[in-house]
Amino acid sequence: MNYERIKEKLNILADAAKYDVSCASSGSDRANKNNGLGNAARMGICHSFTEDGRCISLLKILLTNHCIYDCAYCVARCSNDVKRAAFKIQEVVELTINFYRRNYIEGLFLSSGIFKSPDHTMERLVTVAKKLREEEHFNGYIHLKPIPGASDELMYVAGRYADRLSVNIEVPTISGLKLLAPDKKQEDFTKPMLKVKNEIVRYRNERKIIKSTPKYAPAGQSTQMIIGATGETDKDIMYSATYYYKVYNMRRVYYSGYVPMIEDSRLPSIRSQVPMLRENRLYQTDWLLRFYGFAVNELLNDAHPNLAVDVDPKLSWALRNLYHFPIDVNKADKRMLARVPGFGMQSVDKIIQARKFRKLNWHHLKKIGVALNRAKYFIVCNSRNWERRDLEAEKIKKLILQHSTSKFRGQYSNQLSLFN
Amino acid sequence: MNLSKTLIYDGSFNGFLTAVFIAFDEKINVADIQKNDKGQNVLFSETETIFTNVEKAKRVWNGIRNKNYNAITNIYFAFLSEEDGVELLLYTYIQKLMAANRGQSVDYSDGVTLRIGQLSRSVGREKHRMEGFVRFQLTKDNIYFANIEPDFDVLPLISRHFRNRYADQQWLIYDAKRGYGIYYDLQGVEIISLDLNEIHFNRTRKSKVFTEGEYDYQELWNNYFKSTHIKSRINRKLHRQHVPKRYWRYLSEKKEAV
Repeated sequence: MNYERIKEKLNILADAAKYDVSCASSGSDRANKNNGLGNAARMGICHSFTEDGRCISLLKILLTNHCIYDCAYCVARCSNDVKRAAFKIQEVVELTINFYRRNYIEGLFLSSGIFKSPDHTMERLVTVAKKLREEEHFNGYIHLKPIPGASDELMYVAGRYADRLSVNIEVPTISGLKLLAPDKKQEDFTKPMLKVKNEIVRYRNERKIIKSTPKYAPAGQSTQMIIGATGETDKDIMYSATYYYKVYNMRRVYYSGYVPMIEDSRLPSIRSQVPMLRENRLYQTDWLLRFYGFAVNELLNDAHPNLAVDVDPKLSWALRNLYHFPIDVNKADKRMLARVPGFGMQSVDKIIQARKFRKLNWHHLKKIGVALNRAKYFIVCNSRNWERRDLEAEKIKKLILQHSTSKFRGQYSNQLSLFN
Repeated sequence: MNLSKTLIYDGSFNGFLTAVFIAFDEKINVADIQKNDKGQNVLFSETETIFTNVEKAKRVWNGIRNKNYNAITNIYFAFLSEEDGVELLLYTYIQKLMAANRGQSVDYSDGVTLRIGQLSRSVGREKHRMEGFVRFQLTKDNIYFANIEPDFDVLPLISRHFRNRYADQQWLIYDAKRGYGIYYDLQGVEIISLDLNEIHFNRTRKSKVFTEGEYDYQELWNNYFKSTHIKSRINRKLHRQHVPKRYWRYLSEKKEAV
């Protein structure tokens, strides 16, 4: 193995892969077979963190950054003048195994630019996974990113070796896709997704009858959308995400704030900021939909197509629907408790268990770890003190903002600054 | 009224459970439970030295497990936190547990229960971190070697994870702070103590103990680490929250930062 050359390739191809947000290694519990190498940890393990605070759990690389397509949002697009490189299959295998043995990584995340044709590229990705599993007896995590437009046969084989598959839709709206990625059609994304979903369902049903049925993509599939590249609303994004969760049984949808790299008339200017706050609000909404029992049209609808920037989506929903509150912590059901701003699901579970022993008061709630600065306007508990004033939504918001800080405050504060 | 007693045990978990057994059995009014190396005399109470008895420890273990399956993990994790006075806290917790009906919910509005839960969480967090932050280096005699210095005594907790994962390579994880390690020799894991004349944390000087290729891979990993940063999103505070500085000593990718 030519060390210097590998180093150079790794730099180029890891750099090009870093815009894929997903680095999850969770959801699979592949066991170590016959004293081979590796297993998958169900809750996932982060082995390090980048300086922007994202976790590094997989060796995330492209097989090559040569690409025949010209998608405006992508660094590897064919009209962009960047250094190109390509790994040999054996090089990727050796790198993965040696990193894995030193406990640097949980496994491999392999993606690729498209050379010759989608199927030709996909075949090579699958070969890497196959080699790792069959020749190296590797049982660690493998995340493959199928190429849009890959054939069903290859998708089938990919799922047999990989733990997770993800086709990125990148642009949440069809019109945006036409504008930014003229070579790709929406079917190119959805066809492989549908195939994976059907196979997962089929394998799961077979396992019910025959216990030894092999695994097919045990960690399911995920996808990613770029935020803030085409001027879409938060409603467009979340409705589209909900669609993918429902129709394709996605485990996760990732939202990736657009990082401007290239000057292009179709895209935000190169000096524009990465929309990190917006990204954060979208993730919060995503969590509310998946774990807190909210429906998407409660949070985003025609009257409110965008999320509030200054407060989180749950608080903003509560302020619009004050007639539900205040609720009694000692009586309300789980569904309603989960809707109180400042209550997380862990707090909700603790409250439900603790209130069987005694009636809870402010002191107990504080100990349990509830964010009372927000919650206190929306609840009553076993105490004579509670918010008796009939406050307007605007007033509550003001009071909460007064008593909290946020690193994003500078971005949306409309308070006049004294010195400019 | 029977006089309160301080129980002295040998510092092992079995020793602690034996102490709990004896306290219940002889209906002792427990003032404190202490490790024998502490040797603190408490005023107004007698001391009694406990001899570890695996049979008795096992009965306590099973008794707790039959009451509440999750509680036994909480107790073991909290015990490994090595916090001052955790023994008495655990004893109170076990008393409460035994007084309660089987399978009851957890009383999160109770101070002791909440505290045990928190302690067990921090130990659990440390265990999980160590599963990620161990960095093996390949020695010339083909052993993957790693040094760690965890806040809590987590080696007994992570041994199974590494045994399952690296079943086809010899490895050794050494806790430099507590002076013992676990070694897997392709058959099973055993506890060892080493006479290390140098501790192999990060330094730019290469050690002769490790293979040539070892430093190449570290370099590749460092390079990979650097190329994953997105410049326009740098957030060092968050980075330090996820990878606290006290772990940097043994992380090869932070070699230059140390």
